[in-house]
Amino acid sequence: MQTILSIGLDGISYGMVLFIISIGLSIMMGLMRVVNLAHGAFAMIGGYLASYAMRDLGAGYALAIVVAVIGTIIISIPLEILLYRRIYRKSDALTQLLLTIGITFVIIGLANFIFGPTLKAIPLPNALSGPLDIGFRMIPTHRVFVIVCGVITALALWLLIDKTEFGIRLRASVDNSDMADSLGIRTEWIYAATFALAVGLGAFGGVVGAELLPIEPFYALRYMVTFLVVVSVGGAGSIAGALAASLLLGLADTTGKYLAPEYGEFFFYLAVIVIAFLFPRGLFGRAH
Amino acid sequence: MKKSVTLLSALAAIGLMTGGASADVIKVGVIGTMSGPYALFGKNFKMGIDAWVAEHGNKVGNHTIEFIYRDEESPNPAKSKALAQELLVKDKVQYLAGVYFTPDAMAIAPLLDESKTPLVVMNAATSAIVQKSPYIVRTSFTMWQNTVPAAKVAKTNGSKKVAIAVSDYGPGIDAEAAFKKTFEAEGGKVVEAIRMPLNTTDFGPIMQRIKDSGADTIFTFLPAGPPTLGFVKAYIDNGLKASGVKLMSTGDVVTEPDLPTIGDAGIGILSTYHYAVSHDSPENKAFIAQIVKDGGKLDEITMTSVAAYDGARVIYKMIEATDGKRDPAKAVDAVKGMKWVSPRGPVSIDPDTRHIRQNVYLRTVEKVDGKLINKETKTFEAQPDWALSSK
Repeated sequence: MQTILSIGLDGISYGMVLFIISIGLSIMMGLMRVVNLAHGAFAMIGGYLASYAMRDLGAGYALAIVVAVIGTIIISIPLEILLYRRIYRKSDALTQLLLTIGITFVIIGLANFIFGPTLKAIPLPNALSGPLDIGFRMIPTHRVFVIVCGVITALALWLLIDKTEFGIRLRASVDNSDMADSLGIRTEWIYAATFALAVGLGAFGGVVGAELLPIEPFYALRYMVTFLVVVSVGGAGSIAGALAASLLLGLADTTGKYLAPEYGEFFFYLAVIVIAFLFPRGLFGRAH
Repeated sequence: MKKSVTLLSALAAIGLMTGGASADVIKVGVIGTMSGPYALFGKNFKMGIDAWVAEHGNKVGNHTIEFIYRDEESPNPAKSKALAQELLVKDKVQYLAGVYFTPDAMAIAPLLDESKTPLVVMNAATSAIVQKSPYIVRTSFTMWQNTVPAAKVAKTNGSKKVAIAVSDYGPGIDAEAAFKKTFEAEGGKVVEAIRMPLNTTDFGPIMQRIKDSGADTIFTFLPAGPPTLGFVKAYIDNGLKASGVKLMSTGDVVTEPDLPTIGDAGIGILSTYHYAVSHDSPENKAFIAQIVKDGGKLDEITMTSVAAYDGARVIYKMIEATDGKRDPAKAVDAVKGMKWVSPRGPVSIDPDTRHIRQNVYLRTVEKVDGKLINKETKTFEAQPDWALSSK
């Protein structure tokens, strides 16, 4: 019983890391119809900025997260204006893939050139590092923090998209952008803001997930498949879907690793195949 | 004017004719991880070779030596083989060197006999590599070489039940076999043996499994690179360290560039390895000073730089012995039994296995002057590759 609880806890925290990073990608794919392969690269930029802020500028952990999120958004603004704006919603998938994978390679090269090939640590504050005794086992304190972050992110996004004025305009723009335009919604601004939101979430995930997915130049490609899988299993654009997919896949992966580590990611992909078979549009995907 | 040009060209022609055989350029093709997740170690190949060239010049006798680098990037046998072929056919290299990953070395080996080219392996650490061709010499280490002392230390430190967790590929399986055999021969018990996929990033479930096995000590091997850090952190943060489970590893898990990232929580981790950047000897001090002088960073030096430095020494000796001619048998014979003092300590090339014999050191992660280092505390002298030699 204890073991089952333990694995469950490990699985949930791993799933939450996947969720926080993948939700930005899900928003991009679901709402803007952009398969943004550079999403991992933005998460990585967030990680690098946080590491730089803490180690070289002496910032605290909370400040480093803010610096990472805002800094990554600032870096992405010229990319949005020059490149991404052209591929929202309309262009074909191949153009999107070539453009975003190209951006990814450029960012990997730059990261390698500027920061070098070594791992970059994001030191945790004392309150979040080390083990935490939760009665039946010790768990890394950081994992608890990640779970809390995941829950807050999911709630905040749900409120933002379902309950606010911005959310209404966003959904209007997504469902029928011409009509939204003629009703006086500045869809261009809505898209830019959503892009910034997706990038910012990626950066946030890159920082808080760095304990499990360490920051190094190849981060951008190494975990991209995992993020894409989460989004497609959950259904692009669905917050509940991304959350459910992350937790399910996190649990499948963790259980597999505990029971039969030599099978590698077999269980992770088995879960993907089963879900994709039962729900071709993803768990909570909508027909477009 | 016209006359002097004719004279010059005549002189040049004479120069070419007489110098043809002896004053030539000998090319050495180095295949290493120059980009990608393991780029640090390819960079170290270059730092080590550059340090050797800076100290000893780029000439052996009349021959000018030129090193050409190619990027193996990741464990990719097909690509490495193609790179080696390109070096041999297009660049006409006389020696091959480098190679970070075992599968890549295995892929290159069949080319050596055909092309009569010696290969000096500067990292890939599976024992069997040197048996794949008589023209392979290795200046790095093997898993057996570094693991057998680890098992002995575990026993003398009072470990009774050990859980082994290794990366699931050649060197990992070597490490598992070496530890198991030695530790059980000494009377210990291996209660769990886990093979982890190379791309594992979340080690929480592995730690849970180790905890459930009731082991008092973990022995682990992962190739130096991003995952090692995750493993050490999971060990600390899942409370295994706090509950007294000891961690033993080969030095790959605690390479010096990773130590600042592991942080103070890593203090006390034991490892056995053939080279520590903090090794206290005049040769090592000179070696590190040379790298830093050439613009290398002290915090980026790893074991591959010293293997490359010694590898360059071996290649120079081969070129000297063959006077620049392509004669792999003579070249390899010339370095069998070769002895010298490396920055890592006294070493020699075992004449039977063509693998380097060297001291293996027991080290503890310690903080000295505010910096985390692998402090050498015990020496196992002149260790062979235990898989190939019995003493």
